[in-house]
Amino acid sequence: MTPGAPALLASATIPDALTFAVAAVICVVGALGVVLMRNPVHAALSLVMTLFGIAVLFVEEDAQFLAAIQVIVYTGAIVVLFLFVIMLLGVDRRERVTADVFRGQRVVALGLGLMVLAEVVLLARTRWVTGARSATGALEGPGTNVAKLGRAVFTAYLVPFEVTSALLVLAVVGAVVLARRPARTEPRRGAGASPGGEPGTPSGEGPAGDQASQEVPHAGDAGGAGRRGGGDGADQVGDGGGARLEPEEVVPR
Amino acid sequence: MTGDPLFAHGVGLAVVLIVIVKAVVAFVALLVSTMLMVWFERKVISDMQDRIGPNRAGPFGILQSLADGTKLFFKEDLLPSRAERVVFRLAPFVAVVPAFLVFAVVPVGGVVTIAHHVVELQVADPPMGILFVLVMSSIAVYATMLAGWSSGSKYPLLGAVRASAQMISYEAVIGLTVVMVILESHSLSTRAIVESQAQHFWQWNVIRLGIVPFVLFFIASTAEMNRPPFDLVEGEQELGGGFNTEYSSLRFALFYLAEFMNTITMSAVAVTLFFGGPDGPGFHVVRWLWPILWFVGKTTIFCYVQVWIRAALPRLRYDQLMDLGWKRMIPLSLGWLLIVAGVIVSVSWGFALMGALLVGAVLVWQAARLGRRRRLAGLEPVTGPGARG
Repeated sequence: MTPGAPALLASATIPDALTFAVAAVICVVGALGVVLMRNPVHAALSLVMTLFGIAVLFVEEDAQFLAAIQVIVYTGAIVVLFLFVIMLLGVDRRERVTADVFRGQRVVALGLGLMVLAEVVLLARTRWVTGARSATGALEGPGTNVAKLGRAVFTAYLVPFEVTSALLVLAVVGAVVLARRPARTEPRRGAGASPGGEPGTPSGEGPAGDQASQEVPHAGDAGGAGRRGGGDGADQVGDGGGARLEPEEVVPR
Repeated sequence: MTGDPLFAHGVGLAVVLIVIVKAVVAFVALLVSTMLMVWFERKVISDMQDRIGPNRAGPFGILQSLADGTKLFFKEDLLPSRAERVVFRLAPFVAVVPAFLVFAVVPVGGVVTIAHHVVELQVADPPMGILFVLVMSSIAVYATMLAGWSSGSKYPLLGAVRASAQMISYEAVIGLTVVMVILESHSLSTRAIVESQAQHFWQWNVIRLGIVPFVLFFIASTAEMNRPPFDLVEGEQELGGGFNTEYSSLRFALFYLAEFMNTITMSAVAVTLFFGGPDGPGFHVVRWLWPILWFVGKTTIFCYVQVWIRAALPRLRYDQLMDLGWKRMIPLSLGWLLIVAGVIVSVSWGFALMGALLVGAVLVWQAARLGRRRRLAGLEPVTGPGARG
């Protein structure tokens, strides 16, 4: 059960070693897939595969709670979010991997990758970083794993836990504020005279509306309309608000 | 480590065999009951609509779903030319596998002794059992999403995006109600949750937690399974057949199978969480049989209620669905969670919290009303898109 040194791997039972091998292969293949797949959706699915492999490794280490949370949070929420973005923004086509988006991107990425690798090796093999080995053995003492984790989170690590949750709530509130469409509060000069624009515009409910407004390829026009609107902030809330403003603002002129 | 007593004395050949037999029996039982569920649903709905329903294949048409399955099996397997081939083939399996796996953690009976081994009548009893249900329901989202996206067509994509938003929203409610059950039962293991409700029916969680968490769970699980009245995934008027429009033959059969299997497993999970699972009065004749019968009976009642709901209620509109989820059920379950936690600490704390929450809810409601009135007074009536909601 105890990871770390190769010597310990030899002492593991055969089912343990087999499980580890299979899960490790799943993890590595998935990770390679994330990097090498051309299609963003395939890359995201490879990420799911890696996360599953890691969940299996957690179960193998008797950390069932972590395994479940890993799948619920990362697979069930975060990668689903990735896929949402990929599908809604319509970037689900093959990308040209040869093109460098940022200059010097590859060199920096290589350097950072090597740094992370060195860090992992240092944490696993030496003890001068934190004063103790990162993995010292299985959890001991009475009580289940879940109970111990719960006790630790709500006693010794209560403040970090609460601060993290407050941070997340703040982030959500911030996202909602930023994403809010100002359509209701702004004074609409052309409100009475908006002929013909209505049926074509999305009704603003749900993904259908979002996607339809994505398909209006007038980012420049929308920004222009926002500027003409006297700084009502329409240009910073994304294409949804901007694109919808367009017909009403343009037609009267 | 607590856990499955089967593994307490090492893993030998007998243990491995017992596990395999348990898995196979659960698999077959679930398949057969899914077949019966399709028939049951069609028959009950036709009864409610004053029709006869399937009555050709076998006695009372009970073999109709077998006939339908055979037909689907032999139909041509179509692959749309614009489909993303790999993902298109993968999606049906992503739908079926979680539907099967959820059932693995549901306790269907008591504990029996086979060849000196203590065997719990459920496929697996992991320490995080109930979280496993949430894990599987979060994976089921992928099936819908990938099926819709990989079809390479507009309607399935819109249906899938809509469905995954719906499923993720209602997962939050399911999670919160499950947390209440965990608080009351002091464990994540499904076996321990069932045991904590044993002996008297007033110890069932549905009563111990107040009725509200159960009602929330039931509505949310109906939405999670995309069953009527929440079946916007396949809103025919708007989306053709929804996310599985482009599927045919065996792949479609897999989605169909997963849908009905989910009905059964979610009913079984509801029974486990709130109605004591296999708990019920036993008799001295065949001891091990009674809990199983109780479990099957309770689950059947839940399946019947699902069918009843389908027959009785019209489909919601999408904004109503989201309003119900985010503006009503999530706040209610959060508030109820606080009250449950308060009551567990002490009863007076519980009542104090309840009062505070009621006052807070009324204040927020009044503030929202005031805000809306001010806005309406300050502005001329807003027309056009974005005027509501």
